[in-house]
Parts: sequence; C-alpha cells; structure tokens
Amino acid sequence: MITLTVNGESHTLDIDPSTPLLYALRNQLQLHGAKYGCGLGQCGACTVIVGEEPVFSCLMPVAAIGERAVRTIEGLGTIEQPGKLQRAFINQQAAQCGYCIAGMVMRAQALLDRTPWPSDEEIRAHMEPNLCRCGTHMRILAAILEARGASNGSRS
Amino acid sequence: MKPDTLHEEPENAARRRFLTAGSVVVAFTLLPEAASRALAQTTTTEAGTFTASAPDLPGSLKTSPMLDAWIRIDTHGHVTVFTGKAELGTGIRTAFIQIAAEELGVAPSGITLLTADTATTPNEGYTAGSHSVADSGTAIANAAAQVRGLLLQTAAAKLQVDAATLAVQSGAIHAADGRSISFGEAVSGVDLHRQAQPGLPLKDPRTFTIIGQPMQRVDIPGKVTGGASYVQDMRLPNMLHARAVRPPAYGATLASVDIAPVEAMPGVIKVVRDGSYLAVVADDEWRAILAMRALSAAARWNAGPPLPDQATIHETLRRLPAQEITVAGKGAPAAAAAQTLHARFTKPYLTHGSIGPSCALALMEGERMTVWTHTQGVFPLRKGLAEMLSMPPDHVRCVHVEGSGCYGHNGADDVAADAALIARAVPGRPVRVQWMREQEHMWEPFGPAMTTDLTASLDASGQMVDWKCEIWSNTHNNRIENAGRLMPTWALATPLKPAPPKEIPMPEGGGDRNSVPLYRVPNLHVQEHFLPDMPIRVSAMRSLGAYINVFAIESFMDELAAAAHADPVEFRLRHLDDPRARDVIHQAAERFGWKAARGSARQPGQGVGFAFAMYKNLMAYCAIAVEVMVERDTGTVKMERAACAVDCGQIVNPDGARNQVEGGILQSSSWTLFEETTFDTRGITSFEWGSYPILRFSSAPKKVEVDLIDRPGTPFLGVGEASQGPTAAALANAVADAVGMRVRDLPLGRGRVKG
Repeated sequence: MITLTVNGESHTLDIDPSTPLLYALRNQLQLHGAKYGCGLGQCGACTVIVGEEPVFSCLMPVAAIGERAVRTIEGLGTIEQPGKLQRAFINQQAAQCGYCIAGMVMRAQALLDRTPWPSDEEIRAHMEPNLCRCGTHMRILAAILEARGASNGSRS
Repeated sequence: MKPDTLHEEPENAARRRFLTAGSVVVAFTLLPEAASRALAQTTTTEAGTFTASAPDLPGSLKTSPMLDAWIRIDTHGHVTVFTGKAELGTGIRTAFIQIAAEELGVAPSGITLLTADTATTPNEGYTAGSHSVADSGTAIANAAAQVRGLLLQTAAAKLQVDAATLAVQSGAIHAADGRSISFGEAVSGVDLHRQAQPGLPLKDPRTFTIIGQPMQRVDIPGKVTGGASYVQDMRLPNMLHARAVRPPAYGATLASVDIAPVEAMPGVIKVVRDGSYLAVVADDEWRAILAMRALSAAARWNAGPPLPDQATIHETLRRLPAQEITVAGKGAPAAAAAQTLHARFTKPYLTHGSIGPSCALALMEGERMTVWTHTQGVFPLRKGLAEMLSMPPDHVRCVHVEGSGCYGHNGADDVAADAALIARAVPGRPVRVQWMREQEHMWEPFGPAMTTDLTASLDASGQMVDWKCEIWSNTHNNRIENAGRLMPTWALATPLKPAPPKEIPMPEGGGDRNSVPLYRVPNLHVQEHFLPDMPIRVSAMRSLGAYINVFAIESFMDELAAAAHADPVEFRLRHLDDPRARDVIHQAAERFGWKAARGSARQPGQGVGFAFAMYKNLMAYCAIAVEVMVERDTGTVKMERAACAVDCGQIVNPDGARNQVEGGILQSSSWTLFEETTFDTRGITSFEWGSYPILRFSSAPKKVEVDLIDRPGTPFLGVGEASQGPTAAALANAVADAVGMRVRDLPLGRGRVKG
C-alpha cells in the first residue's frame, strides 16, 4: 500500500510501488492536469510539485515520494476560482493547444513559491526544462511575470 | 426533422444527407443550367476533394447547403452551431462562436458549438491548410445571417409589423413599440431544414460588436485548471488501456514472439497479434506499459529494407523517378539581363513533434465501432477505418476530441487505427491507446525533405527580368485516402497498401505551394519534380512546401537585392504591385525600425533580416523583420526580436490571430535554427527530444511584436500558417547580414555557421 498526500488530501493506493507518480495521479486519482509527454524527463508536460520542488512525475516512482506533499494544477484553483498564476495564464491567453500548460504552470509555481519576484532571466532559466511546441513561450513568460508575488498557490 | 434534435443517430445524419441530395435532384430538374455548373464544381484543396452541390453558396455551404446542418435553435432559444472542422489548439472554436453570435444576434455564451463528428456535423474534410475560418467560418456566418433573417420574418408576422422595423439583441427580437419575441418563440414557426440562398447579405461590418473584438478563448480556463480537455484525458466506464508494439523500423516483420509470459503478467487482459501487428491490453495504463515492454523485449524481427544515407539524402531524392508538373510559365518582352544569379536551397525532414503522443479511444459494440480521435478529418478517417475493419462506413462513428497540437498529419489517424484494431479484439470494452514518445518520434509521417533551386536575372537598372524555379518533393498529402494509408495496417497478416501519392493541385499546391513569387517578373518558369517514391514516410506538416519555397524565394530576393545594390525592403517594394502586400511590408519595417537598424553599425555577430509572403498567394499576407545574434565560435544563432505585420482580411478574434502568428514565428524559428529528423540505414534515429532538439525558453526572443491590419468586410484569409516561411527567410537573411555567410541548407544552427 502506498500513501500519497495530493493537494492536501491523503490517499491510500494499492498499486505497484514502482508506478510513476504520473500514472497514479491520472488513473487512480483521476487528476488529469499532469500529462504524459515523453516518460523521459525531457519535456516537462508531467511536472508537479513534490515537497517544494518541481519534478517530472513520469519518472518518479510513487515509492520515492515518502511523506512529501504532492501538488498538482488542480490544487492551485478551479475553473470557477482560478489561482493567481492560473488567472495570469488566462489573462495573457497563454495557451494554444495547451497540452504543455499544466506542466508550465506547476514549474512556474515552484519558482514563485521560492522566489516571489524573479527576474525575466531567472524565469527563463527556471522554465528551461519544459517544452512548448505551439510556440507560446512569449505569453507563458508574460503570464509568469504578471503573477509575480503569488506564492504558495494562493488564490488571488 | 425537428429543429431541436441535437444529438441525432448516424441513420438520421444519413437521412439528412439523402434529403440534401434529394433537394439537389429537384434543383437539377428545375434548373438544368445550375445543375451542369454544379457538376463541374469539383475542387481539390488540402482539406480534401469536394463536389459542390450548391456552387453559388459561400464557403462550405457549397457542399453542405442546408441551414440546419450548421445552426439549430430549440424552443427554449438555445443555439447549437455545427462545424465539420476540429479544434486543433488554434482557437477556431472561439472564432466560430464569435461569428455565429455576431450574425445571429445572440451572446457568445448562448451558443453551444459542436465540432467534427461523423454522426452530427457537416463533412468538411480535413481541418488543414488554414482553411477553417475561410470555409467553415464563412458557412457559419452566412447560415447564421439567413437564420436571423428567417426568425425576423416569423417575428414580424407574429407581431404584425414590418420586419425592417425589428431589432435583434441578445437572442430576442424587439419591436419599436417595446414588444419582443424570444428566439425560442420565433423558431417554432420556422423550418430550418432548408437550403441556404445565394446572394443574401451579411451584417454590415461597421455594426459588428463581437467579430473583430478580442475574445478570451473558451477552452483556456479548463486547460489551465486541470479540466479533462483532451482525448488523452477521456475515461469511459470499464475502460481498458492498450499499447502497441511497433517494429524496430519500416518494413521489419515479426520473426517470433512468445506471448504466453506477457499474457500471464498482472492485469494483462489480452495480447493482440495479427501477422506482425502486436499490442497489449491491460486493466491499467502502467500495467499496459510494463506488458508492452515485456512483449517488445520478447519479439524478434526480420529487418526491413535499408534506408538511404542521410548525408546524401537530397541527391538521392533528386534522382528518384519524377512526375513533371509545370506549375507556372509565362514569357514577355523584357530588358536584357545584365547579371544572372543561381542558388539551391534544401530543407531536411522535419518532425511534427506533438508534445502529447497520439491517443485514441475505441469501443466495439455489436456491429458498431465508435472512435474518439484527435484526427484532422473524422470523415476520411471513418472511411479508412471502415475499409480496414471490413465494416460499412455508417457502422463506424468518429468523434473528434481535442488532442495535443498536431501541426499537420501526425500519429492521430494511425493511433485511431490501433484503437479500432484492439477494440475489435475486446468487444464491449472501451480501449484507450496512447503512443509512447519514441513511437511518435519514429512513426509519425514526417515533413518531407526538399530541394528548391532558383535562377533569376536582373537588368542593368536592377529590375528582375526572368525567374526560374525547380522543386524536388515527395508528397505532402499522405492523408487517409484508403486504409493502406493507416500505418498499423502495414503489419497485419494481410498487409494493406497505401494509395499512390498525388500532388495537391495549384493554386494551393503541396511541394509547389508558394513556389510562384508574388513579385513582378516578366519571364517566369516554375517546375516541380514530384517524387512519388518515399524512402521515409512523409505527409502534411504545417505550411507544406511553402516553408522551404518562401525560405528560398525570400533568401534569394536578398541575394538579388545585394546584386542590385538595393536595400532588401526597397527591392521587394520595387517589384510588388498589390497594395495589401506593400502595406504589411511598410508596417513591419516601420515597427522594427528597419531603416535605422540597417543604417547603423551592427555589433559583431548582430544582424537584421526581412521577408514577406502571402500564404499560398491567396491567404494571409505576412511581412517580418528579425534581429539575430550569431556566435561563430559555437555556431549558435539566436533570434533576439521580431516585428511582424499580417493582413488576414476581416479579423474575427484579433488576440487569437496574434497568438497564431506569434506561435508560428517561434515554431518556425525552432524548425529553422535547430531541427532535422535523423536516420541511418537501419531506421529513424531522432526518437526523442534529446536526438531531436527543439526551441527551449533560453532561445526564445526578447520581444515579438505582431501588428494586424484589419480589412472589415473582406473575406477571411487563413492565418495559421502565414508566418512560417517568412520567419525562416528573415532569419537566414539576418544571419547573412550578421556574418556575411549565406546559409541555404536548413537548419541554420547545428554548427552550419561555425568558424
């Protein structure tokens, strides 16, 4: 049995401990935000926050999480009440197909939690692991700049 | 048919098509002239081949002329709009809602839009070639305007006033005396199952309040809050997860495999084997992946035929047997040539590289198959799947559900074939199949490698007097014309054969798209050597041949400008008559500060470049100026900033159009600077993002500015692929400006400018 704390809720799952966190989130917990992109830690579509770090959930076995809290994009807000960073992505219309966006938001949130007022250069460097194929980079950067000061996934 | 029947069964859709056809027969009988004209109206574009049953109607009304194919209103006034196009992440869902809301006179929030579904929507072929707003948007605009007119007539009769005195606002019809009738009340007296009429007016664009205004996309809030937005997120009751095991390379066949140990693995429901086709079905996704790995390890394969040497691929392709296509030819008296230039340009194979590997769900229930898919064409896919399954097409339903951006023909159709083949083996249970990253990278149909060869002469005054172009290209249109175009069928015990490739005819073209320069030149010859044999599987990738042809033409224009001792922008304007083309060039040059940038000393490695094209010579106009920094030591090229001006006719959603152009610029800069699909004689070697690097944030420019020039009341011009070609050429021109080195073989990065 594996116990996971996701977005403040504790879950006990009867799954193979080697199962990557991504599959437990998407299938066992029905949280669709984190996406399968490569399974190799190259694209960041699966990014969630474990403890205080952005991680590739496609690579991290559930057994490796231990006591650390898991945060996914569902934990930042809802469609009715988006969190500040989510609101900034909507304001900037920072998506085209949007498949990469949940991973982008979570990686950015990890930065804002640690560094509430990152510079443009710090944001670009921090976001380097995540790929966007539609070319929405300028809007994603604008959304993160707009949301500066939004720590701990706090709602606006 | 009742106007409020929204979710009809396939039989009803078939009945509607029958009725539509019937109405055409009547028209033929009554109007023999119109009939003979109609019979001549078969056209082929990137969206498909269509015979217009109503050639006098605008947009896709030509092929689906009934009003209730597009718009239905129930007695509560709820409006449902139908489109045969699919949302591919470009924002057409929002644009269509804006168009329908504007022309009907309802709030955008009052509209439900249903997209591509073989059971419910018109057949608009493929969502491709920047056709969506021009084809479907135009149909929706006209259908909505005509439905509004019919509702006004009914309301006028009910209120006993002149229809001209009525006003429509927010889904209600208001009389001057304060009385009003809701759309729901008005529709009860109207049968919308009638053919649209040609020549009826649309709203005066000066009265627009929704079209032309930026509207937030309706899909983005769900996408940034973890809503189930994609086919990858669909969960059906009792759903199983499957994975296919692909051969190691094209043409490899299964020599042996022991499936028993895999079938004994936890959660495995079945191993599907049909000839060399292998797949696993399990009760859980991760278990399906573990079983796939075990099955893959157990499989032994006979190698397929070797691939050509990548180092000489362009020479190999140019030697293949060709179908000769004369794309353009004209001769006129001109001044004597004072100098002649020649240059040859190449592009490598490119990978679409969707961030989300392709995915589909399928369910076989009795004699019926339903497939949920992110295909670009639900109707052609249905035909291919039906043939593959030996089922009548009306027993197969394909429903579009959004996927990751595709940028053309990626693995979407193939994975739908996987899902259908596997679902047939486990009837009654929905099956979800998603490809793995390496499957997507190795098996998608790539953007073709190409050569474009240019020769042109200038007279003594620096005017162009002749222009010759030769193109060598495989097909850009390997769409699902038959079941053999679905890659999984190649591995079946009875393998299916792909239909032979055909070039997309001009004016849109495929490999020859945008090969005719828009510039004034008295003597012109454009020849395509269309190469049917493809050593590497290829198909449509965003902008098709326009990407290299615009790259080549616009690079060459800079070479000609230099030979004429002219400024590149001035040289272009010197040869352009179309005022809209001139406007975007002036606007981009002004926004960028072209004169000042060209006139001032550049830092070492700094360069500026310009380019222009009108997509397909009939869609959006796009001009762009870029600034680059080139590091000769490392061969790194970085786009620092870009200023772009676009004219896409009547703009529907300015922010949506801008988002597409910005995205096109960044995506093209990724193709142009970094990308090249790699292979050796044994197979594709760029099988993930490490071996196929694309643009990351560190390479994103500091600034991208996009100016839109609105042309109210003029036709919608597709904009989604307008900026790809010009961006590539502007970058190459900026590199030449920076380091004096003309790079004609893409990509520009990857060490080509090292030294």
